[in-house]
Amino acid sequence: MAVQTVAPAAADNAAPAVDLGPASGLSCRECGEVFALGPIFACELCFGPLEVAYDLPAGDPEELRKRIEAGPANIWRYAPLLPVPADVAEKPNLNPGWTPLVKADNLAREIGVAPGRLFVKDDSGNPTHSFKDRVVAQAIEAARAFGFTTLSCSSTGNLAGAVGAAAARAGFRSCVFIPHDLEQGKVVMAGVYGGDLVAIEGNYDDVNRFCSELIGDPLGEGWGFVNVNLRPYYGEGSKTLAYEICEQLGWVIPDQLVIPIASGSQLTKIDKGLQELIKLGLVEDKPYKIFGAQAEGCSPVSAAFKAGHDVVRPQKPNTIAKSLAIGNPADGPYVLDIARRTGGAVEDVNDEQIVDAIKLLARTEGVFAETAGGVTVGVTRKLVEAGVIDPNLTTVVLNTGDGLKTLDAVADSSQATATIRPSLDAFRDAGLAH
Amino acid sequence: MAVNVRIPTILRTYTGGQAEVAAEGATLAEVIADLEKNHTGIAARVLDDQGKLRRFVNVYVNDDDVRFEQGLETATPDGAGVSIIPAVAGG
Ligand SMILES: Cc1ncc(COP(=O)(O)O)c(C=O)c1O
Ligand SMILES: [Zn+2]
Repeated sequence: MAVQTVAPAAADNAAPAVDLGPASGLSCRECGEVFALGPIFACELCFGPLEVAYDLPAGDPEELRKRIEAGPANIWRYAPLLPVPADVAEKPNLNPGWTPLVKADNLAREIGVAPGRLFVKDDSGNPTHSFKDRVVAQAIEAARAFGFTTLSCSSTGNLAGAVGAAAARAGFRSCVFIPHDLEQGKVVMAGVYGGDLVAIEGNYDDVNRFCSELIGDPLGEGWGFVNVNLRPYYGEGSKTLAYEICEQLGWVIPDQLVIPIASGSQLTKIDKGLQELIKLGLVEDKPYKIFGAQAEGCSPVSAAFKAGHDVVRPQKPNTIAKSLAIGNPADGPYVLDIARRTGGAVEDVNDEQIVDAIKLLARTEGVFAETAGGVTVGVTRKLVEAGVIDPNLTTVVLNTGDGLKTLDAVADSSQATATIRPSLDAFRDAGLAH
Repeated sequence: MAVNVRIPTILRTYTGGQAEVAAEGATLAEVIADLEKNHTGIAARVLDDQGKLRRFVNVYVNDDDVRFEQGLETATPDGAGVSIIPAVAGG
């Protein structure tokens, strides 16, 4: 049969249908300008970051709550509130989320918090052992919607692993970029999934700059950078932490949250998630305080908070908490706004305090955190001691990554208690019997 | 001083789609003023109402973030590369 070629209808210049569920567009967080859904991330007018805007489900909150509770035990239970197609759970992805909210009474006792009041949201149980699986799961749906075939990112390590794994599962090519001096655990986890892994001679801020230039160049055409041109969608993944924490507390907002800061995106989006829950009537509106946690060796946001500034002066990082080593945090100004608006604070701890906190959490709750978790627990302890965090209110501390990725931080001080011959006498002599 | 300025995608409407343009100036402020002469409208995108760099734009002279240097007063030596880059998140 002959096929006749027909010129495309000239008048038909409607935007291609992009199905990202309830997402209705992108809006500038700075000036409010609205844009159509697309792989764009900065406002054309003011350079402000673009955020997903929604037509959120209207109607009976009780019904929505039931619908969520009947959903899968992963982030897709919240699909009606996320920029993903309605059938997202049927697509190949890593299905992260619904991680434990650990009631941390032992830790509470040691740091002086009232029993029953302290919780650790332990995100080390995600598929690639960090919270980054949440953000990548959103970004990959956007990548599908926009027709990208290569998935990429600039990363301090965890994001690279999450992108590599998610791309492998979903059938994308991946090519990720990291600073050259990361922990071995993170390098291996970024490389093992078979994508390309490029180590850049420089720190994370250099990697970021390189990726930003790649995106504007023909070399990067067709590439979806989860944290650059897919950033608005990526960021929404962190809201699932807010949703889960509230649902796990019985649809209640905790009084205080302690959140690690690298770029500040996660903290900013957790606040956005809490605001949406309130707007939807899924939780009661009540005050909450958000506390940001940084490592002293990379504490640009903490320094700005303490100095009363609303701009963040970049730093050159030098800390064992490499996952948080972003010296020029894009969402820093928003973190300052949120900490101040909610009555929270931003604090930092040094490398020694980070290691102590990793061991404290492991010893008291059996949770082995990477250095970012050490930062958060260390800052929690410091702020309780300083009387800034109220020990009688409900506090949720985030552990965002797995200690197996940063073994070096505690390797020296976590060796065998004794090395003995396999004999009862030797064991008695070692003095370990009770 | 003659410098090369790398233009991010969102500003290329002002440079006729060009990713890199030449400009003159001994400091970043002078370079931006010169850019504005040839590509009207670009300065208002990069600078706020007070004439300061907008808080979500990063500018590098060669490899240095100008906020580590003297901001708009940062020297732009002959042959330098200037990059204008929107802030990005994540890690
Ligand atoms: C384990 C871990 N926690 C927290 C963060 C902070 O994320 P954000 O850049 O959203 O502030 C990162 C970022 O890389 C991370 O790897
Ligand atoms: Zn704007």
